[in-house]
Amino acid sequence: MDQWKNFSKGFIKENAVFSLFLGLCPTLGVTTSAVNGLGMGLATTFVLVMSNLVVSLVKNVIPNKVRIPAFIVIIASFVTIVELVMKGYVPVLFDALGLFIPLIVVNCVVLGRAEAFASKNSTWSSVVDGMGMGLGFTMALTILGAVREILGSGAFFGMKMISGDAMLLFILPPGAFIALGYLILLANMLKEKTA
Amino acid sequence: MAKKESTFLNMVLTLFLVTLVAAGLLGSVYSLTKEPIRLAELKRKNEAIQMVVPAFDNEPSQEVAKKYVDGDTLYFYTARKGDEVTGIAVETFTNEGFSGKFKLMVGFKPDGTILDIAVISHAETPGLGDKMEQDKSDFSAQFKGKDPATFRLSVKKDRGDVDAITASTITSRAYCDAVQRAYDAFINLSTSDF
Repeated sequence: MDQWKNFSKGFIKENAVFSLFLGLCPTLGVTTSAVNGLGMGLATTFVLVMSNLVVSLVKNVIPNKVRIPAFIVIIASFVTIVELVMKGYVPVLFDALGLFIPLIVVNCVVLGRAEAFASKNSTWSSVVDGMGMGLGFTMALTILGAVREILGSGAFFGMKMISGDAMLLFILPPGAFIALGYLILLANMLKEKTA
Repeated sequence: MAKKESTFLNMVLTLFLVTLVAAGLLGSVYSLTKEPIRLAELKRKNEAIQMVVPAFDNEPSQEVAKKYVDGDTLYFYTARKGDEVTGIAVETFTNEGFSGKFKLMVGFKPDGTILDIAVISHAETPGLGDKMEQDKSDFSAQFKGKDPATFRLSVKKDRGDVDAITASTITSRAYCDAVQRAYDAFINLSTSDF
């Protein structure tokens, strides 16, 4: 398998957010700032890579009928590891993401890749796939976070660019849907051009 | 290697082994991160105490009194310089924030005047409710030097003395609620302790 293609598909062609519309709950929830999006994306990437790695290693010893519970246990373990490590070493980020970290367990992207890719492909391909999908997800969340932060609070990665208030709507929940809608439009235009 | 068959024994064994390994792994990560997590929380607490009381030479996080109120616990940290009590930091909370619970650290002079207020943790909307943080706006500055006995701790809309954060009345109300809770408990406590 062409590993470059395998890796890069996660960015545009099969991007979790822009093309597959998976994992939208954390996407809409945490992206009030670019830093939050980046942090959430990287945490998810770690879980994706690790769970893809382990799932592809054990895929042959797990009986078909109990594969989903087994995958969920594996994913949940890595999510808890991320949560504990984040709490201990980057408490600031943990405060911002807090509630959404445990929710990575039920992020469809993670279980989706374990089920649709890692359980059918070689270990190396699965790790590359996890990296690509994870970084693509991170990219989507960071862009969405940055757009909402710029429009909503007039800042970029926490640096204030204008004084006073901006369009507050964009950091509130409706702004997440509006911003995501336009970003999907852009992504679709990009896809049409390359296709 | 062929896929294992889904016989009863196979399924039970596999799930048992998977959960066993997961439990062992999580146990070791937990014990590894236990100390850093405790230190991180202590550090944040100490920083919040330092922000709201004047200079001290004891360890306020060690001199702690607790009071159970409204379903959660308030913590009182006494700051001393020599023998004199310079201030009391009260860790307080409110359940009425826009995104649920948040925690504040309120510093009182021994006579009940507010020294300063810092936010410990919150989930309020960035750009709106998070202006209650000291470095985001001067909302919290209006409480400095006020005595809640004469300064009404509610927003002007509710006939109080507090200028609410624009477009964040709910957060401002919750903030007042937390400060009021700290003050009530502090006044009741200060007659008997310290």
